[in-house]
Amino acid sequence: MGRIDEQRTKELEQIANELRIAVVKSVYNAGSGHLGGSLSAADIMTALYFDKMRIDPAQPDWDGRDRFVLSKGHAGPILYATLARRGYFPMEELSTLRKLGSRLSGHPACFKTPGVDMTSGSLGHGLSAGLGMRLAGRVRGKAFRVFVLLGDGELQEGQVWEAAMAAAHFKVDNLVAIVDYNRVQLDGTVDEIMEVAPLADKWRSFGWQVLTMDGHDMGDILVTLDEAIAQSQGGPVVVIADTVKGKGVSFMEGKSAWHGRCPTEDEYRQALAELGEQGGAGA
Amino acid sequence: MKTQKMIAQREAYGAGLVELGKANPNVAVLDADVSSSTRTLYFAQEFPERFFNFGIAEQNMMGAAAGMAKCGLIPFVNTFSFLATYRAADQLRTSIVYPKANVKIAATYGGLSDSFDGPTHQSVADLAMVRALPDLTVVVPADAVEAAKALPVLAEFNGPVWLRLSRNPSPVIYSDDFEFTLGKATVLKEGTDLTLISCGTVLGRVLEAADVLVQEGLNPRVISISTLKPLDREAVLSAARETGAIVTVEEHSIIGGLGAAVSEVVSDEYPCPVKRVGIPDTFADTGPYEELLDKFGLSVGNIVKAAREALALKKGSC
Repeated sequence: MGRIDEQRTKELEQIANELRIAVVKSVYNAGSGHLGGSLSAADIMTALYFDKMRIDPAQPDWDGRDRFVLSKGHAGPILYATLARRGYFPMEELSTLRKLGSRLSGHPACFKTPGVDMTSGSLGHGLSAGLGMRLAGRVRGKAFRVFVLLGDGELQEGQVWEAAMAAAHFKVDNLVAIVDYNRVQLDGTVDEIMEVAPLADKWRSFGWQVLTMDGHDMGDILVTLDEAIAQSQGGPVVVIADTVKGKGVSFMEGKSAWHGRCPTEDEYRQALAELGEQGGAGA
Repeated sequence: MKTQKMIAQREAYGAGLVELGKANPNVAVLDADVSSSTRTLYFAQEFPERFFNFGIAEQNMMGAAAGMAKCGLIPFVNTFSFLATYRAADQLRTSIVYPKANVKIAATYGGLSDSFDGPTHQSVADLAMVRALPDLTVVVPADAVEAAKALPVLAEFNGPVWLRLSRNPSPVIYSDDFEFTLGKATVLKEGTDLTLISCGTVLGRVLEAADVLVQEGLNPRVISISTLKPLDREAVLSAARETGAIVTVEEHSIIGGLGAAVSEVVSDEYPCPVKRVGIPDTFADTGPYEELLDKFGLSVGNIVKAAREALALKKGSC
């Protein structure tokens, strides 16, 4: 595939790190929230919103925009951080996460937050919504693309496979699903709770084109998403992203305990220090 | 106003959808392998590019409808009421109602109307469920004419709507010049002694019961509430104030539907006797439709009996 500009890759890596810092700060400030699955998705979100998606933060409701559905809605903090950093609303607003009256609800709500294209939170819904968006695009003659980010534990929901079957059946174009394959869910590891592997074979047998990538290698993410977008002209594409839950904070990495836990003050300082944030807990 | 003509709501609905499709290119129709039952096959024949059969997968269909609505279509989702309401309850709640997606859910085979298929396919508690979903508009037309007249109004209304339809032929009550107004009760007969409030296709039986009461020298008011939510509170309160006793009649459990909605308003604002006629707190049975209605609480005799009881309570309270 095409060569990726090194300078551009570095810029995006820097942004992803900023998003991780913003996520840790906002969850700490809120007193609750889902860090593990937000940190595992930070690089993918950066590549989508800062490089691949055709969007205009000044016009969040632009009819022709690409859409993004965070099917794993508990990763709201990374979506909010991404949207804020991209210019949909001020970064300072991230400190209102989960507060009464805030636009940043515990899980994303499309009528509350500029840039949120679909409400999510109850797992398994997002791929259906993305499918419907593309069917609407077909009926209305609009070629916008739809990206859906799924969790791996989420694939245990039957609705995901109803949607997978239907997307292939309807031969939808411009639909790219990405699985954040971090191998950890709330109660433990995915393989011990309810195994979802072999993922590539499952999606392929449902009629999808399957790509894989290292979900923390920005160069790989950019190349693979380009390929996914190109291939999605001919039918739905899923990208299985190999990721690490809690990526970027050593003591959170790969730990189910960090699916939905808030750090203590000491943990918070250590997390920010590891992410290279100066000044510690000044959230 | 009353005639012996019988038409099934699903027939009027199916034909009405085709007219909607002609009038609005953004109307899309979704079905889950029951298009010959829901009568969406007429739309499918006319507009195949805007008709989507999702197979036997109602949860995905509901979620996809939400996505369509978020991208400018007006999707009409079609399946049996028990599936639209219970099988896909979380999709209805989380993907459609909470985000205010402009989806119209046509929940057909409401009440006992899928009589021979039995309790698995009947819906005796659907209204209780959807009425409690915040800010969801719930419409239960009284006959085929009202079902057809409601369609363009619901398509025009921006927001989620849950529409209950009946499978079987039911009496045609309204004439062709009837106008459907969302949120407004229809007064079929003025009266002063008590009010019979009907919801859905049982209206024919309610009017028969009213005739019996008239023959007994009483003067009942009869109103039909087709927009169960938001409820026409003023029509209910006028009935309470002006007639002093109410009987509600619905093809639904006596828990959570019209009877509950009316009782809530009356007890809050103008307490008066309310007798609830409906299906007792039980699953029904398999059998002929009209016989099921008779057996499970909705005979004309039962409505008349409830009216007499309401009148007795009214006198007792004076």
